[in-house]
Amino acid sequence: MKIRAYLGATVATLAMATSAYAATEIQWWHAFTGRLGELLDAQVAEFNASQEDYQVVASHKGNYSETLNAGIAAFRAGEQPHIMMVFEVGTATMMAAEGAIMPVYQVMADTGVEFDPDAYLGAVKGYYTNTDGEMLSLPFNSSTPVLYVNRDLFEQAGLDPDMDLSTWQEVSEALDGLKAGGVTCPLTTAWQSWVHLENLSTWHNVPFATQENGFAGMDAELVFNGPVQVQHIQAMGDWAKDGKFVYAGRRNEGGANFRAGECALFTESSAGYAGVKAEAEFDFEIRQLPYWEGVEGAPQNTIIGGASLWVMAGHEPEEYKGVAEFLAFLSTSDIQAKWHQDTGYLPITTAAAEQTKSEGFYEANPGTEIAGMQMTMNPPTANSKGLRLGSFDQIRTIIDEELEAVWAGDKDAQAALDSAVVRGNELLRRFEAANR
Amino acid sequence: MEKRVTFKGWLLPLCLLLPQVVITAVFFFYPAGQAIYQSLFIPDPFGLSMRFVGLGNFEYLLGDPYYRASFLTTAIFSGLVTVVSMGMALYLAVLADRLIKGSGTYRTLLIWPYAVAPAVAGVLWLFMFNTRVGVVSWYLGILGYDWNHVLNETEAMGLVVVASSWGRVSYNFLFFLAGLQAIPKSVIEAAAIDGAHFWTRFRTIVFPLLSPTTFFLLVVNIVYAFFETFGVIHTITSGGPQQATTILVYKVYSDGFVGQDLGSSAAQSVILLIVVGILTIVQFKFIERRVHY
Repeated sequence: MKIRAYLGATVATLAMATSAYAATEIQWWHAFTGRLGELLDAQVAEFNASQEDYQVVASHKGNYSETLNAGIAAFRAGEQPHIMMVFEVGTATMMAAEGAIMPVYQVMADTGVEFDPDAYLGAVKGYYTNTDGEMLSLPFNSSTPVLYVNRDLFEQAGLDPDMDLSTWQEVSEALDGLKAGGVTCPLTTAWQSWVHLENLSTWHNVPFATQENGFAGMDAELVFNGPVQVQHIQAMGDWAKDGKFVYAGRRNEGGANFRAGECALFTESSAGYAGVKAEAEFDFEIRQLPYWEGVEGAPQNTIIGGASLWVMAGHEPEEYKGVAEFLAFLSTSDIQAKWHQDTGYLPITTAAAEQTKSEGFYEANPGTEIAGMQMTMNPPTANSKGLRLGSFDQIRTIIDEELEAVWAGDKDAQAALDSAVVRGNELLRRFEAANR
Repeated sequence: MEKRVTFKGWLLPLCLLLPQVVITAVFFFYPAGQAIYQSLFIPDPFGLSMRFVGLGNFEYLLGDPYYRASFLTTAIFSGLVTVVSMGMALYLAVLADRLIKGSGTYRTLLIWPYAVAPAVAGVLWLFMFNTRVGVVSWYLGILGYDWNHVLNETEAMGLVVVASSWGRVSYNFLFFLAGLQAIPKSVIEAAAIDGAHFWTRFRTIVFPLLSPTTFFLLVVNIVYAFFETFGVIHTITSGGPQQATTILVYKVYSDGFVGQDLGSSAAQSVILLIVVGILTIVQFKFIERRVHY
């Protein structure tokens, strides 16, 4: 009886496997788990159900760094997937690997699948486009940092929760009031380098690195030890000393403190919205990222974090056709609008942004439009279109280390940033040597 | 007169040795050779091109003050892990050895932590000492101590040492207990009849007779602290705050697998190999002389 059941199951599995093999399989390696993973699987299921020629198989390969490593190791073994999700920090690494990747514009042109790169928002597309204006990877999930406000704590401390927080000067006053009002954690942050150095620089239209932040050449040098950055980090360091800024960790550890209702202000990715909305048992609000009043050109625009989809080299033309179909499917406004509304990631096509607006989503969910506004506030300048630097994951670790020295009171802002620049430049020179 | 057994031909001994030789070659000589070879190049991550730099990677590393500082961090970390895990294990083994009732239960319970993977152990300890929700940090807060290993370097080091030692105590305990039980009871009883107290007996009889076990554990634990503690560091501190817990093996990982700088990573592996080799030679040459077999 049991044996027969097993046999039946085996035959059924075999039959299913064979029917699946009739369709061309497209492997997609990604870094999403939890809710994001479910939403991604839903996109894949919708595509697979919409046609019969291709079967996209999505596999989770760990966090962003681990996914990139898995892809690199697989390429070396000749077993790379068709599509790989790579975080924005890995962009320079992928761009330099000319023989390993198949640029998206070329995939689309070779297979003749209709695709309009101009449908994507300029600020997003620019990040993944080469100097000739050709799209190398497909933007997938992009977010930008915003300010989250716990309105209940403002009231508890006797402050007006509607007070203006557009400038860091005003935030500084709010922090004084919050501290005096007995709030133990007036301000915390996630992703300190991304928010308080990278976005700080573009937001104030000052360079983070030479060569247009690395867009114009691999010989870029870090210059984020300028007066604007030093002023900001010094202010944060002073707040840390007075207990007004509470440092929770290098990644998004601060999110737990904010969602638990301990912190009044929190700088975090717009994609943190879903988590805050699900967990916060207090009245919260999203505000624009503050800027320093008096800095000329501020506020300019913020830049993205997140990931894009890279197509790997070394596959059959028939498979690339499937890849192209799938990427075109992902670019449709229905898919993009749903993704934006479900996750808090930016609407990355103009059509998706308009669709979301006309559906009345922003009125129902105030604050969710702020990220998009910040990104598109001004046409990007050479200082604000993004960052494209090699070994950038490592450079971020160096920045984390130096910032921790400031928060702990071991170094002043100028010394810490000077040291981060020197150490980071060494890594850039090594990256240049490896990819010459 | 020493009794020697010799083989007649060379085929049988060769066959008997072969499995060991093959395993060592495949899992040690080949990767080690690859590491030495790669340490002479700066390759791109995808293996598309390699640029020969000779000893350039070593020059770059040894010229980096942060890399040199991580030698000291590693020495402090390994020393503390070895002392804490062996000291604790010896203490527990002596107590368990004296137990008459329920010793089996105690022994079983003490061995359990060894089954916990380092990364999981790291998460467990992190959870207890989490600056916000950790039980221990909460009690410390009540006592008026503000625990913050996210910014305090000493506290971070302490936490990774304790988390790395914890599972290791079980392993060491097992060996110490076996060693203690191998000491003839008659020797200890004779000393007791002569009026030697527990501490005197331990110092003059038990500890010297235990020295082969202690020496073996010393070597094994230092190797453990150098190589296998990576999971704990990764889950608890990621090498921070600043560079307080960046030990050599963690830097090998982060430069190679996060930074994709395979040349530097390979050079660091070679340096690590040399350091541990020297350490082991030193141990065998100088400390082993004091061991009584």
